[in-house]
Amino acid sequence: MEETTILEALKRRFPKGVVDASAPLGDATIVIRKDALLEIIPFLKEKPYEFAMLLDLTCVDYPERAERFEMVYHLFSLAANRRLRIKLSVPEDAAVVDSLVRFWKNADWLEREVFDMFGVRFAGHPDLRRLFMNDGFVGHPLRKDYPLRKRQPMIPLRK
Amino acid sequence: MSDRIERPPFVLAKLDQLITWSQKNSLWPFGSGLACCAIEMIATAAARYDIARFGMELFRASPRQADLFIVAGTVTNKMAPIIRRLWEQMADPKWVVAMGNCAVSGGPFPTYAVLQGVDRILPVDIHIAGCPPTPQGLLNGLLLLQERIAKSHPTKEIFNPDARR
Ligand code: SF4
Repeated sequence: MEETTILEALKRRFPKGVVDASAPLGDATIVIRKDALLEIIPFLKEKPYEFAMLLDLTCVDYPERAERFEMVYHLFSLAANRRLRIKLSVPEDAAVVDSLVRFWKNADWLEREVFDMFGVRFAGHPDLRRLFMNDGFVGHPLRKDYPLRKRQPMIPLRK
Repeated sequence: MSDRIERPPFVLAKLDQLITWSQKNSLWPFGSGLACCAIEMIATAAARYDIARFGMELFRASPRQADLFIVAGTVTNKMAPIIRRLWEQMADPKWVVAMGNCAVSGGPFPTYAVLQGVDRILPVDIHIAGCPPTPQGLLNGLLLLQERIAKSHPTKEIFNPDARR
């Protein structure tokens, strides 16, 4: 099957970086180590795989895990009409991931959203500010330990 | 205070009546449609419910041309300073109607992103509950506002500039 060949190839090419490769429910998925991201992404973007599109970039909070956050990237290859999901774990005390803005422009706002909602920082991002919340916002609202009814400091109003 | 001082002098009372009569019958709404409630506000302005019957058909796009602020919809924390600023730009005398549960109290969104009631930042005259309020509900609220305006004393400010109508 095509899925297995790309997964096999990735495993063979990055024996240290790729922790796991499988195709649950038919979706090719690789779990990689955080520091291998900048090696694997250019490799996938070039021929023969040509994953030219970053469909989505998001984060999941698993409070019970040792490495609390999990980044999820969805890539799409227009040439081969094929998708690939990449996952990597991020610990809370060193919540920094390499930015993908230099590969895809749309990663800019997606990474700003993840920073706003989860507090994961992106090394090499040109303008890492909050995207949705106002600038005086305290905390990161999509973390599971954010209290539902927490009051935020009011934005100062002009007198 | 005796009754005599409380009541405005006869001439001013008549002047009050004239001013409030003209104010209440030509309200110029500033429709700030922020979310789904805006649709009901638009329906109220359209032919079937016809807000023009009450002299309010001219929805202005600029707060400087309006004296009635209908906050129709969800006010997010990020939008709050902008709403406040729009209200500040309106010339006195001005009134505020909080339309819908969102503007009244945050409504179905007790969350991190939504201002829990627009009365935290603006002096609201009329709260209209409902998610969304029907056009009849909005019209009822506006009729209540007209009654309220009719009972106000705009000439009070001549003697006491700090008095709120
Ligand atoms: S009160 Fe209901 S209808 Fe109105 S803006 Fe809020 S959610 Fe929408």
